[in-house]
Order: sequence, then C-alpha cells, then structure tokens
Amino acid sequence: MEKKNLVQYIYGIADNALILGQRLSELCGHGPSLETDIALTNISLDLLGQTRSYYQYVALLEGEGKTEDDIAFLRTERQYKSVLLVEQPNTDFAYVITRQFLFDAFHLALLEKLQHSKDDTLNAIARKAIKEVSYHLRFSGDWVKRLGDGTDISKQKVQEAVNMLWTYTDELFHLTEADSEAVAEGIGVDVSQLKEDYYGKVKELLEEATLEIPESKYFQKGGKQGIHTEHMGYLLADLQYMQRAYPNMKW
Amino acid sequence: MEKNWPLWEVFVRSKNGLEHRHFGSLHAADAEMALENARDVYTRRNEGVSIWVVESKHITATNPENNGELFEPAQDKVYRHPTFYTLPDEVKHM
Repeated sequence: MEKKNLVQYIYGIADNALILGQRLSELCGHGPSLETDIALTNISLDLLGQTRSYYQYVALLEGEGKTEDDIAFLRTERQYKSVLLVEQPNTDFAYVITRQFLFDAFHLALLEKLQHSKDDTLNAIARKAIKEVSYHLRFSGDWVKRLGDGTDISKQKVQEAVNMLWTYTDELFHLTEADSEAVAEGIGVDVSQLKEDYYGKVKELLEEATLEIPESKYFQKGGKQGIHTEHMGYLLADLQYMQRAYPNMKW
Repeated sequence: MEKNWPLWEVFVRSKNGLEHRHFGSLHAADAEMALENARDVYTRRNEGVSIWVVESKHITATNPENNGELFEPAQDKVYRHPTFYTLPDEVKHM
C-alpha cells in the first residue's frame, strides 16, 4: 500500500480520536459534577494518547522531519478526515453522553478488528486502546441508561440528543478509497461490515434505557471526505491557536 | 427531587496482598456509578488493583464528644505496650 494512502487511512481513524478528545477537553473544569468532570477528561486524555500513537506513526511514514504536532495542529479543515459525529458541540450533558455512546460502540468494534491488522503498529495501538475504549463504552452506556430511565427531564433531554445525533451514525460505516485499499491489503477494517452489529447493540441499549429508536432514514455525511459541519472551524481555531500564533512553540 | 447524590466512601487496595485502605469519599447516584467515579477520581495514576465503595450512611462512627471515655483511659497504660523487653542486638527492626 502506498505510503500516502496509508497515511490517509490512519487519518480516518486517528482524527476521530483527536477531535472527540478536543471536544471533551473543553469540559475540563466545567463538568456537571467533580466526578463526571474527571471521568470525561480522563476519556479525553485516553483519546489524545491514542491520537499521539497514530500521529507518531504518520510522522515516521512521512519522514522529512514531520512531527506529531505538525499533523495535529497544522492541517487545514479539509485535511481532517474525522466523522461529523465527533465534532458536534457539547450542547448539554445528554448530548455529551449520547455522542460518546454512539461513537464508543463503533470505536470498540473497529479496534476489535484493527487488532488483527497486518500492520504491526496499527494492531499494537489497537490492542492497547481496546482496554481504554471498553471502559469508555461502559461509562457512556451506563449513563445513557441512567438518563433514559431517570427523571422525566433527563429522559426528554437524552431522547432529544439521540434524535439529533442519530443522523450522524450512518457515516461511521462508509468506506473511503483509502479504506477500501487498506481492507484489500489486510491492513484496514471493512467498517461497512460492522454496521448491522452496531445498530443491533445500540438499539438494545436504547431500549433498555426506555428510549425510542429514531426512525429517520436521512443521514448526514462528509467528514470522511474533509467536508465538515459549521462547528469544526471553531473547534480547530481553539485547537490550533497556540501553534498558529507562536509557530514551533513547545511546552 | 433530591438534588444531591448520596455520599460514598472509597476503599482502594494498592497492591495484591495489601489491605483496602480508605482513600476518600465522593458523590454518586448508585453503587455502579460510585465504582466508576472512584476508578476515575482515585485510581487514574495507577494507585489500585481493587476498589470497594460503601454508602457513607452505612458506616457507624464514634462520636468525637465521647473521645474522653473511649480513648483517653488507654493513654496511661503503658504496660500494654511490649516496650519493657530488652531486645537482642540481632533483632533490627521491631
């Protein structure tokens, strides 16, 4: 597989972790309680740690003195290949939890396949990340159940979040060109194969949470091609500010 | 509606073979959440291998007002400590 295509394939996985990690980091010091604040920022740190492993690998593949920071901070919006789901804003706690749950269920399924990748770096990253992501799913799934089966208000809010975010779930299972090539080489995961199992598990948990499954058949897409929602620009402005204002600065 | 979640006491075993020690307390709506919160609040720097949580209301504690009658009588009973034995030199740490 050509290097530049492998890099694109890795962006398709790593950028999700970066963008969701950035979103969650916005909650640092602003969580609804001390305990959930720490839990969400822990998840953020897990995701950013995974991002670093992927980007270090990309830097190695690209050579020419590239660093993980260049990859994280100095690309333009179109060059980020994260799905639309992960850039959605922290509207309220129900949205934060629902976004997390809808992504975690996919993320774990993806990593369980990626750990058998023929690429030794990718399968090693996946094996390490599985433990973290299993916990993320446990955390977000438990919270969806609590909110859904909680008070009238919590139920109403989480149902609204499910209805709003549902439209971003289908994109998780779209294959990009880089995906198809990576799958053919035994390096990548055929995400389209994960779809049926994903919706089965998600629906099962939503039912347990006494929530209704949205019936909408209209789905948004574009993130995997770098075409993002209006929220992405603001997120990147925050993320990239330091490197843009003080080029090559280091902590 | 009850606004505050109940308080839970957290006990963490740092290593296999050691006992669970009291690490602190936190708020949670139920036992499962208390375990998850304890994992995030108290073990994120690799402090533990096992966690117990117990709702604080289930712990019966002594009242500091009674400290006089409960604990002070022991203070002048030095003969309850085994400090009157002369130790052989070979015994280093006692």
